[in-house]
Amino acid sequence: MEKFVLKYFNLIRTIIAIAIGIIISIFVIYVISKNPGFSLKSFLLGPFLSKSRFGNLIETASPIIFCGLAISIPFQAEQFNIGAEGALFIGAAIGTAFAVSTNMPMIIHIPLVLLVAGLVGAFWGFIPGILKAKWNASELVASLMLNYVAYFLGLYIINYHFRDKAAGYLVSYQLPKTAWLSQFVPGTRIHWGIVIAFIFAILVYFFLYHTTLGYEIRMTGFNIHFSRYGGINVFKVIIISQVIGGFIAGIAGMTEVMGIHRRFNWQMSPGYGWDGVVVAIIGRNHPISIIFASLFLAYLRVGGQVLNLLSDIPSEMVTVIEAIIILLITAEAFLEQWRYRITIKEAERKEVEHEPAS
Amino acid sequence: MNPLLKSIISPDFGFAILRVMTPILYPAIGVAISALAGSINIALEGIMLVSAFTGVMVSAFTGNLFLALIMGILAGVGLSALLGYFHLKLRANIILAAIALNMFASGMTIFLLYIFAHDKGTSSSLKSLVFPSYQIPVIKDIPILGRIISGHNILTYFALVSVIIFYYIIYKTPLGLRIRAVGQNPDAAESVGVDVNKIKMYSLLLSGVFGALGGLYLSMGYVSWFSRDMTAGRGFIAIAASALGGNLPLGTFLGSLLFGIVNALAIYLASLEIPSEFIQMIPYITTIIALTIYSIQAMAKAKRRKKISEESTT
Repeated sequence: MEKFVLKYFNLIRTIIAIAIGIIISIFVIYVISKNPGFSLKSFLLGPFLSKSRFGNLIETASPIIFCGLAISIPFQAEQFNIGAEGALFIGAAIGTAFAVSTNMPMIIHIPLVLLVAGLVGAFWGFIPGILKAKWNASELVASLMLNYVAYFLGLYIINYHFRDKAAGYLVSYQLPKTAWLSQFVPGTRIHWGIVIAFIFAILVYFFLYHTTLGYEIRMTGFNIHFSRYGGINVFKVIIISQVIGGFIAGIAGMTEVMGIHRRFNWQMSPGYGWDGVVVAIIGRNHPISIIFASLFLAYLRVGGQVLNLLSDIPSEMVTVIEAIIILLITAEAFLEQWRYRITIKEAERKEVEHEPAS
Repeated sequence: MNPLLKSIISPDFGFAILRVMTPILYPAIGVAISALAGSINIALEGIMLVSAFTGVMVSAFTGNLFLALIMGILAGVGLSALLGYFHLKLRANIILAAIALNMFASGMTIFLLYIFAHDKGTSSSLKSLVFPSYQIPVIKDIPILGRIISGHNILTYFALVSVIIFYYIIYKTPLGLRIRAVGQNPDAAESVGVDVNKIKMYSLLLSGVFGALGGLYLSMGYVSWFSRDMTAGRGFIAIAASALGGNLPLGTFLGSLLFGIVNALAIYLASLEIPSEFIQMIPYITTIIALTIYSIQAMAKAKRRKKISEESTT
């Protein structure tokens, strides 16, 4: 038992943090809702009670996986670039503009549109990267400010130049069919975006844990002075980690546009970039854990939407729960006393075992 | 004369600068105080939101302006204390903890707004109070200056006074001395018996007070309602404003003034036929440019210092 706890301590800690978050939400629902039983059921079971809602869960998870990966790469290098939201928005806006104004066979069109969106996102990651690498300007502040710039620039591009006036509300022209990611599960809107997200997770895993550059990124995050002394080009790592992060975030928004709405229809920033921060923290920046964290978060989000729809609790409760969970996970000393006691117990037990031998 | 130029030269423009500077100056002072103790408060965005919300709600439901002020400050300081507790006691990375708290503040205020006002956008359905504006007796009669300086919200005046309070705390009190000592060299401070974590906590709490005032001004002076995410990045712009001024009182004031001028200019430019999106971008782009200029300078300074110390040792 003790051995098990010590081995999986981080996982157990994460699960406890999540459990606390869920317990708080149950408590809140009981206090506020006029019909707590029903509300609770909608929140916790809602995502599984119909095919289309379960579909929603998968659809929601795919941009979150992308954004989690996008955030995790700079985070691994201890670069707090939280510009995924902006990279996603501007990537999708310019990607949409490109898709609408070009025409080519599907096999080229889809990858090219994704590439354009990714490159725009990469540029969005490059700006804070170069400012940090060259002049040590805070990437946190720069990336946050760029989120706002991306939002207004994206709205300008779509609303002034690619707005479909026939649609009756503020959306872009429809994407040509050659740029659609098809939906492959009948009765849901699950599209190829989730598959691309899985592929990216595996690619990021190999990149981080099986390539030199990935090693350099992790080393820089571990100890920047040591890395510099050891001959790692820290300048390059700081920029590249943020450029790759931006690239993946740029694709995140585009897959959603290509797979679900087939138009750019965001007048508010969708918030996936922030969810990305949450899953990167829950998954401790590990690509495979991020997939699970994203599915969990998508479950909470869809549960929150169902709750919002069917009862009197606003879906923002989920944001509050997310915040509490990551706050507990980032607190290094949370449950440390417990671990300390177990470590001592385990050590004493070993000592007793070894005594007869000596 | 060009009508835009004409409106910029008018005293009203000066008045607008002070008005839009206020919600940046408060958090900038907050950032500066925490930065001087070595742990920058990045949660001011959330602190301002929580205080702005609390102020509106308390004043709407009790009709007591003073109580709204106190509760608003307490809410902001409470969030600051949480940040301090998680960072200093539970050893959370301060940036990640602050990101979490900002998220918490954004979600919580919208959640409660819906519970109390049945609206996820603004609190305009509630009758909340605002802080009063005052004409300053003698100054209001001075031709141009009077129209710039007089007639402001009481919190705008207090923002200017806060710069002096900030100066006083940092340079004239034992706490200020300790804050500076902890920020410059925590080990040295520790070795002479200063409780580093305690001082950092105090500086975070103080920064929460100023952040709270900024939030209260936003929803009870600048406008008269609360709307979701109404801080719109001011808590982060404040980081650039105080960094520009080297986290010192006068510098922080001048840094905030710069952002006040730019933001006021953006408001006036809106009368031109430029798409409003570009005008709305201006404060954020300015922040990035200002941050970069500050960083280049800071780097050059560090290089010079290194050079001098190398020369003196050889």
